[in-house]
Amino acid sequence: MTDGTATITLSARNLCRHYGSHIAVNGIHLELKRGEVLGLLGPNGAGKTTTMRMLTGNLAPSAGHIEICGIDLLDNPQEAKAHLGFLPEIPPLYQEMTIDEYLLFAAKLHRVDQSMISAALRLAKQRCGLEDRSKRLISTLSKGFQQRVGIAQAIIHNPDVIILDEPTVGLDPNQIREIRSLIRELGTVSSVILSTHILPEVEAVCDRVQIMHKGSLVFDETLTGLQQQGIQLEAAFTQLTHSDE
Amino acid sequence: MITTIIRKELSVLFNSPLAWILLALIQFVLVWAFLGRLDAFLELQPQLLQIANPPGITEIIIVPVFAMAAILLLMITPILSMRFLAEERRNHTLTLLISAPIAMTDIVMGKFLGLMIFFCVVIALIVALCLTLLMGGALDFGLLLSNTLGLFLVAASFSALGLYISSLTAQPVIAAVGALGVLLGLWVIDLAAGESHEWLRHISLLKHFERFNQGLLDTFSIAYFVLFVATFLILTIRRLDGERLHG
Repeated sequence: MTDGTATITLSARNLCRHYGSHIAVNGIHLELKRGEVLGLLGPNGAGKTTTMRMLTGNLAPSAGHIEICGIDLLDNPQEAKAHLGFLPEIPPLYQEMTIDEYLLFAAKLHRVDQSMISAALRLAKQRCGLEDRSKRLISTLSKGFQQRVGIAQAIIHNPDVIILDEPTVGLDPNQIREIRSLIRELGTVSSVILSTHILPEVEAVCDRVQIMHKGSLVFDETLTGLQQQGIQLEAAFTQLTHSDE
Repeated sequence: MITTIIRKELSVLFNSPLAWILLALIQFVLVWAFLGRLDAFLELQPQLLQIANPPGITEIIIVPVFAMAAILLLMITPILSMRFLAEERRNHTLTLLISAPIAMTDIVMGKFLGLMIFFCVVIALIVALCLTLLMGGALDFGLLLSNTLGLFLVAASFSALGLYISSLTAQPVIAAVGALGVLLGLWVIDLAAGESHEWLRHISLLKHFERFNQGLLDTFSIAYFVLFVATFLILTIRRLDGERLHG
């Protein structure tokens, strides 16, 4: 990887997605630098999940380009996906596996080198606080722990871009704090996109915030920029997503 | 990458009681049929000795056992194949596979080959059962081989079709019932083939399996099975790709 592409890990240009005549996502631009945490906000049905599914190769865009670490996701999906970690809204867990079996499968699926697998497993479990539950079946875990296994799965291969769809749903306040500090930690070496409904969460962990409404981006500002201009995130959110109703 | 998927499928299969129950059940039913045929053979033996060119134990015992095994596989394949994509979709785990750096072809082939390894175990157990006859006489190995190959090919056809139907729905039970219906339909379609519908006979799975069952290695039948498997595997891959495109 050259220095030029190392700074920008994910770039999406003019991303569109239609379902028949319904336009779910319309001309979105996204750019993410290494070491940046981006908060993606928006009311329900704004197109956040559709955007994330397109960025992770689960859905083909109707128009537009996506590059991950300089590799085109549509032309070269396998190479590009190797740099991606994704936690969907509902964690993709095999209930009948133990945590260790599941993470081992996820590691192999994401092409973690055979010699590095046990170290990668240990690190992911340690980061998500799962060490003492390795042999438990996933179906016996509480919602919060299942969510953590989902996050562990997304970071096991040390991806450059981590995409988390509502990662703190169903967690208790202590777990939320732990996960937020984990996201901050991940954000120092990788790029993170975080979708959420919780505005304080964005203020706590994100460097930059983008607001989506009816399939378009209506707001893009860094958190320091917000503070300098004295804009309240909540006020901006309400104003932008309520204006035309 | 295919081996990762195969291993996962086999470990899920053998960690659940389903695979073991099915293996035991198949073996039980076939041993029952086998012993029944053996009894019949022992009763018939004095009369057979008077015929100039009598059928041997392979024709009288093994051929009906394999015919029955084919019907059994037809019934159990939908139960095994229904999980494959329908359950992944229902549990939202398909996202994990699709977001991973792995080709759609590898996902589908891994699942198909995983199921085929299970069927190889089933077929090996049936062949072992037949080989016990060596204690009491000689076997026609050519006929045994053609039956084994035939059973392998029908198992592959059932699996490919089951996998495709599983890719169409998010409800495993619907996948199972759908696959069973289509397989039964293809199995008995030759009954409807009268004088005017001769071509129906050529698309019946049963007719093609009967060739192998009788000890006939017909290239037309082999080609039919290979094309059948390839068609449904390609349809499955296209179906998953299409989902990505059309949402």
